[in-house]
Amino acid sequence: MFEISPTEWTAILLSLRVAVIATLVATPFGIALAWLLARRDFWGKSLLDAAVHLPLVLPPVVTGYLLLLTFGKRGLVGAWLADHLGIVFAFRWTGAALACGVMSFPLLVRPIRLSIEAVDRRLEQAAETLGAAPWRVFATVTLPLALPGVLAGMVLGFAKAIGEFGATITFVSNIPGETQTISSAIYSLIQTPDGDTAAARLVIISVVLAVGALIAAEVFARRATARLHGQ
Amino acid sequence: MLRVDITKQLGEFSLAASFTSEGRVTGLFGASGSGKTSLINTIAGLVRPDRGTIVIDGETVDDTAAGIHVPTWRRRIGYVFQDARLFPHLDIRQNLDYGRRMNGLTEDPAQHKRVVDLLDIGALLDRRPGKLSGGERQRVALGRALLSKPRLLLLDEPLGALDESRKLEILPYLVRLRDEAGVPMVYVSHDAAELRQLATQIVMLRRGQVTAFGGVKVLTGGA
Repeated sequence: MFEISPTEWTAILLSLRVAVIATLVATPFGIALAWLLARRDFWGKSLLDAAVHLPLVLPPVVTGYLLLLTFGKRGLVGAWLADHLGIVFAFRWTGAALACGVMSFPLLVRPIRLSIEAVDRRLEQAAETLGAAPWRVFATVTLPLALPGVLAGMVLGFAKAIGEFGATITFVSNIPGETQTISSAIYSLIQTPDGDTAAARLVIISVVLAVGALIAAEVFARRATARLHGQ
Repeated sequence: MLRVDITKQLGEFSLAASFTSEGRVTGLFGASGSGKTSLINTIAGLVRPDRGTIVIDGETVDDTAAGIHVPTWRRRIGYVFQDARLFPHLDIRQNLDYGRRMNGLTEDPAQHKRVVDLLDIGALLDRRPGKLSGGERQRVALGRALLSKPRLLLLDEPLGALDESRKLEILPYLVRLRDEAGVPMVYVSHDAAELRQLATQIVMLRRGQVTAFGGVKVLTGGA
């Protein structure tokens, strides 16, 4: 029962790699966007906010299909990237990472945005009177104070990315060793006769990873409070 | 030297102030709602005037006709707020050092020691802002502003959030600051007694207008 087969290991390691890369690449964009939404007023802000949340409410298969149309081999962006930069997403693990990054983006952005909003603007003002240029105010005051929120967002995004299924399988299919993540592996196993035990193992691993991520996010949130009070 | 000649409309409230001060401590005196904080924030560059000029130490930092508005972080001012606004994620030493780092100034241990001694904050250096009393926080805020080597120190009711005994604890430090630090100050207060002790010149504000300007004698004229 507890013997993990090589195929399962491959799926687990692939899921981890996909989720780590998706989270690391998405985080800088997430921070920039969260800052824009928290601190700036501009035309189309609610539209942008809605667009960020879209993957949360769209059927994942729709998001996956839209990714396929855009980043597929014949997609507008996909073709350009393949021709000019040699980056291919279609049916590759990089495509899985892209799908996971897009799907987890709303979960990544939200805690970061909330924690930036919670940073006292009067502290940013004080930094400015001490000679800090706007980007240094951000780097030395806003971001350090929002850091626990950033970590919480990364953990939540990671947890979502590691379990993503619908958009990934639609966009990059279910190829063992290339795009077969834990979720797609479970999906294949429960359709295979005698696959139940293997599926159960992967299910337990998914639960452990997800619960661990939630606990980590909670810990970061508590640290945020302590940090904001200067303890 | 500080020269101010500005107007600013803030919702229903209109602020119009014009004065030139050579004094070491210019007191901005008035009741709450008289526009003192708006005026000091305009000098700091946090509020942009609708019209007029501000000249600090010979440099024009605001001139609406010429389209000049030097941003706060380039004005080389120090600002002590009523609520000290120490950075909660930094210890006291790092708070004190912040302005020097941001202004790219070289370390000046002698100046650091002078300010730390003047304000009696040597014992607090390794503590966190959250563990300090209100009076201690305000002294650190003073030190932090001074150590950025400002040309002008702005103080907005720095004693306002403290109770009577704490005020009496800080006041002597402010007097020493005036006499020893050599940085001109703008000091906002609604407390005439406080200004009598500290200020060398008074700008009296009422409903956004300057109603009197001169030595501390104007305080006895009745506001």
